[in-house]
Amino acid sequence: MSGARRQLVFEKIAHLVLALIAAIAVAPVIGIIIFLFIKGGPALTPEFLTSMPTNGMKAGGIFPAIVGTLYLVLGTIVFAVPVGTLAAVYLTEYATQGRLTRYIRLAIANMAGVPSVVYGLFGLGLFVLLLQMGTSLLAGSLTLGLLVLPVVITAAEEALLAVPQAFRQASLALGATRWQTIRRVVLPNAIPGIITGTVLAVGRAAGETAAIMFTVAAFFLPTLPDSPFSQAMALPYHLYTISTQVPGMPEEIKWGTALVLLLLVLSFTLTAAVVRARFRRKRRW
Amino acid sequence: MRTAQKIKEVLIGKLILACGVLSIAVVVLIFVFLLRDAFSLFDSYPLIDFITGRKWYPISEPPVFGILPLVLGSLLVTAIAILLAIPLGVGTAIYIAEVAPGWLKEILKPLMEIVAAIPSVVLAFIGLTLLAPYLQGLLDLNTGLTALTGGIMLAFMALPTIVSIAEDAINAVPRSYREGSLAMGATRWQTTQRVVVPAAMSGISASVMLGIGRAIGETMVVLMVTGNAAVMPTSVDSVLKPVRTLTGTIAQEMGEAVFNGPHYFALFAIGLVLFVITFAVNWIADLVLYRYREGE
Amino acid sequence: MVTAEAQKKVQLQEVNFYYGDFKALEDINLDIEANKVTALIGPSGCGKSTVLRLINRMHEVAGRTRVEGRVLLDSEDVYSPGMDVVGLRSRVGEIFQKPNPFPKTIYDNVAYGPRLQGRSSRDELDGIVERALRQAALWKEVQNKLKTSALELSGGQQQRLCIARTLAVEPEVILMDEPCSALDPVATQQIEDTMDSLKKDYTIIIVTHNMQQAARVSEYTGFMLIQETGEPGRLVEYGLTSKIFTMPDRKETENYITGRFG
Repeated sequence: MSGARRQLVFEKIAHLVLALIAAIAVAPVIGIIIFLFIKGGPALTPEFLTSMPTNGMKAGGIFPAIVGTLYLVLGTIVFAVPVGTLAAVYLTEYATQGRLTRYIRLAIANMAGVPSVVYGLFGLGLFVLLLQMGTSLLAGSLTLGLLVLPVVITAAEEALLAVPQAFRQASLALGATRWQTIRRVVLPNAIPGIITGTVLAVGRAAGETAAIMFTVAAFFLPTLPDSPFSQAMALPYHLYTISTQVPGMPEEIKWGTALVLLLLVLSFTLTAAVVRARFRRKRRW
Repeated sequence: MRTAQKIKEVLIGKLILACGVLSIAVVVLIFVFLLRDAFSLFDSYPLIDFITGRKWYPISEPPVFGILPLVLGSLLVTAIAILLAIPLGVGTAIYIAEVAPGWLKEILKPLMEIVAAIPSVVLAFIGLTLLAPYLQGLLDLNTGLTALTGGIMLAFMALPTIVSIAEDAINAVPRSYREGSLAMGATRWQTTQRVVVPAAMSGISASVMLGIGRAIGETMVVLMVTGNAAVMPTSVDSVLKPVRTLTGTIAQEMGEAVFNGPHYFALFAIGLVLFVITFAVNWIADLVLYRYREGE
Repeated sequence: MVTAEAQKKVQLQEVNFYYGDFKALEDINLDIEANKVTALIGPSGCGKSTVLRLINRMHEVAGRTRVEGRVLLDSEDVYSPGMDVVGLRSRVGEIFQKPNPFPKTIYDNVAYGPRLQGRSSRDELDGIVERALRQAALWKEVQNKLKTSALELSGGQQQRLCIARTLAVEPEVILMDEPCSALDPVATQQIEDTMDSLKKDYTIIIVTHNMQQAARVSEYTGFMLIQETGEPGRLVEYGLTSKIFTMPDRKETENYITGRFG
């Protein structure tokens, strides 16, 4: 076989091997999702989603866990979105190329890499104990808010950078101050990107377990949380406890809970992707 | 500008600066908190015994806090995960960036984003309910909750990180490199193998480092799937035996630790070790990525 | 004694300008007459736009810059420590090379400046918007679609909208940086006609690489040049347009005018 022919055969083999590798990487995930639907699907009844657990969790529904997760997610957004957006505004509109900026970026990258259980410890030490919030929605939300802050900052920064310089220049040349320009021209055009970041952060926060274990989560509460200082149940923690702490747990409930959590988180991811795509198409500049 | 407006402008500027600097404050604060409680332990328990002790018996009288089994456990599980995730991740990245036809790219990339979004507790649950019993049966083990099981599930967690960053790195290789190679009569595969991948190497290395960081820091998967036995994983078949990681220890034992007691401080000390490790890994990855971006 | 000399609207005196360490302009001396159109011509890269941005201090928006010498607006140095930059920019407006209307309605684009200044009454804003659009010769074309997006206008219309937007804050000086280079000949004609009607109320300084345009619209012309790449830009000659284009004093000017180099 000539050299060129041989190379082409090698190429075919190599491409095939790579395709195989990609398939191996991806197939299990598809399998997992299918399994979840098959085994958890039957449990997904309206009663399951809206009633309280009974009989030591072995029957009934997961309503309080869903509610707790939603409250946590709300609290997380309230904290992380304004702070994260303003931090991104600092990076794109105010910061110079100096060392402070580099340190800030390094800090953000580090915040993104800190293990979630360490955030849990920090939340425990600072919010629950030192600031005496107790294990509460407030402590949990603040902890989660810190955890997802890098996500919000990164997405907001991307959105702000996408606004053309020409708009800023036109505004400044008309006698606007920097903040006026940001508030009236830059931010309004960055909103879709900020929303994308928010939804991604929400997805991340909803699936977190280690960070809420010591800061808010409770094994079982007979009533729904009624103040920021209450404890709460949450879906991820619930899944953890029913799969490891409760003997004799019906399989269906475990799979159902896992499926609900997965669907919740995936719906956020999907929403973020849709917002991002629609925004790109609608943009007229 | 009227004075009132000028004052408002300055105040807003300060608020925004505060938000920007907050990230630094948080990192420093986390470090300080961990340090403070960790050092409370080292008042009464020698640091050297903590780091090199081969036994972790937090509830014995007196308690023994040696983290070596935990560190080795973390390293073992991470090593297994990375050994699986590097070929799978880098291979997939190359496939997506260089080989896959357009329509397939549009399927694979969102799929990777979905994998990245799956909550760790769900993956842990799958590992616990599906993989562990399967491995137990397949390999005739006492229990399916082993380092190997944990390593496999962790590989799934690290995979999307490696794929996405490595893929970015490969895509960033200038077209002129590829065109130069093809113009000399090389095949696409030869170009990929000899020109593109080497050129993307620092980005690929950074992706691996970040994948390692992700694996070391993961909690729920190792908590639920590795069997939680704080033993020294020193023989080859430790791979098929239960093991305990740094992260799993904190999650497992914080509920039982007496507030402000030595066990409590010891767990914070573990947190400090984790923080330092991930800080170091991130710093190195940042250096590598920074150099790579500079060189463009 | 107040002489005609002292009443120049804008004056640059011995101005040097640096981007970081790089000297971009050297020894610029320029007196701009009020209520006239002054053109700056010269090959690309010689610093004409930079001179423009000295007057409204827009160069400070991006990067390290340094100014030596004096830039006077009505005999007051715009770089003096007490100068309110934001207020300065509402007295000296700028029209950019590429039309850059905001992604808002036509009405909101023009009303942007007045709203910044605190005007909010509907009637007042309506009046300002109409006046500005009339002055920019755009009113008739858009009066029935003020609430539509500005981005749907043609290039020439967008540029006139940008002019209207600037006029709405009632500046004294209008800087135009190659305002027609992105426009077709018909749109260019519209802009030039507008300039002509505006000069009785405003002082206009225009940078253009189109010599014929400079000859058409301006009363005064300044010719700038850099000796070679890396050298700072200099003002080679300045005077009445009629003189510059027929009997220039300097050889370099003559060479440029006659097209011996671009």
